[in-house]
Amino acid sequence: MSATQPLITMKGRKDGLVLVMDEACAYRDLVRELKEKLAANTNLYKEGPVISVKIQAGNRYISAAQRDQLKEIIHSFDHLKVDDIQSNVITLEDIAKKKAQEKIVPIARIIRSGQVLSIEGDLLLIGDVNPGGTVSATGNIYIFGALRGVAAAGSADDRKSAVIVASIMKPTQLKIGQVISRNENNTIDEMKEDHLLECAYLDEKIGKIVIDRVHAALKKRNLSFALEKL
Amino acid sequence: MGEAIVVTSGKGGVGKTTTSANVGTVLALQGKKVCLVDTDIGLRNLDVVMGLENRIIYDLVDVAQGRCKLNQALVKDKRFECLSMLPAAQTTDKTAIKPAEMKKMVDELKSDFDYVIIDCPAGIERGFRNAVAGADHAIVVTTPEISSVRDADRIIGLLEQEKQITPPRLIINRIRQHLLKSGEMLEIDEIMNILAIDLLGIVVDDDGVISSSNKGEPIALNPSSKAAQAYRNIGRRILGETVPLMVLDEKNSFFHRFKSLLGMR
Repeated sequence: MSATQPLITMKGRKDGLVLVMDEACAYRDLVRELKEKLAANTNLYKEGPVISVKIQAGNRYISAAQRDQLKEIIHSFDHLKVDDIQSNVITLEDIAKKKAQEKIVPIARIIRSGQVLSIEGDLLLIGDVNPGGTVSATGNIYIFGALRGVAAAGSADDRKSAVIVASIMKPTQLKIGQVISRNENNTIDEMKEDHLLECAYLDEKIGKIVIDRVHAALKKRNLSFALEKL
Repeated sequence: MGEAIVVTSGKGGVGKTTTSANVGTVLALQGKKVCLVDTDIGLRNLDVVMGLENRIIYDLVDVAQGRCKLNQALVKDKRFECLSMLPAAQTTDKTAIKPAEMKKMVDELKSDFDYVIIDCPAGIERGFRNAVAGADHAIVVTTPEISSVRDADRIIGLLEQEKQITPPRLIINRIRQHLLKSGEMLEIDEIMNILAIDLLGIVVDDDGVISSSNKGEPIALNPSSKAAQAYRNIGRRILGETVPLMVLDEKNSFFHRFKSLLGMR
């Protein structure tokens, strides 16, 4: 690689600046060149509207601390704002976490009063959740049995697309992401009615959790996506 | 080697002590050697229900702390030669005894008796853990009330974590037939749906239970009572017989048939 070849290529696009970074050089050199280049061209973006900046790091891993540093450098110029930092590389730890959130965990038991079942990924429970029992999953919850207790789907990072499906839907409380809904009806009446295979999802238009028959809920965009994995 | 059965419920006042006393009595009636153990230290009742209060000299805590031998603390029943009771202490509390000590005592009793019936205190704390420590089997008592079913569910969950105990069996106590008919009480099927364990028996609410326990005579000794009949059935099921559930509906009684003939329902 010749010394004249730039480590950072700046490209101007309609929607802002794109910084393409060299993959092989030292990160230290990259930071130095970034500072130099931005300082050299400072008259280009001194005035006018805020320009969004996209960084393409290619096959270079950028740690969270490095991300912060890059943002700090760019934000030191008034009219620049970091939109996205793209990298083709993620750590094994992150991919393991991601994988755990995507798997379906099958469990066959009754969740009784006072018991808490909390898993990463989608929960496939064969058995009931009794009143006073709690199930929670970072993904969706599918219950082959009666849901009479508390269920929390999309619990980790406020996933609004998560759904809760149960053969018999008689929950005391439902939680999807950060939205909670509860049942106001009398407990004894609740236990006498039966509803078969219902699905709870978050209707973002009204910001409330809605319970519907599974096939009716299937028509909703977010649910068909969620059920694909089954 | 006998079997140890703990009678528990979580909630108080559902009839653990009454059930313990009556199950012990019916097993003794069948000629089995039975020992009742009261683990409700500080709030003992089993001795009163059995009418043996004035015979207590030593108690459970005395045995655990080595003040007497196990045999010295056992109180013989006045009606049955084969029925004994190990009373709880009244002057201290549940922390006076450890689960390991309790288990040792129950193991010792099991070598002498066919059945050791352990009456568990209400709650899920130390007293509960003491009571289940030495048990091989468990009977969960509930009434047809939501609060009581909820607590029974909690207790079943805790019992399932005790590896040495076989799956618990259920007694539904104090069923009031008129409330059941009007639909104001949980039905047996609904309770079974939620708890999902084997049903050992159902016992109707009987005024005789109160008067007999005040007299210190378990109701099981009075064969004309419906509750007594239920307890006898439970006893036979514990011994391994297959006994059909009692029919709660009284429609077939002569009086009802007479009424329905007249269209009075």
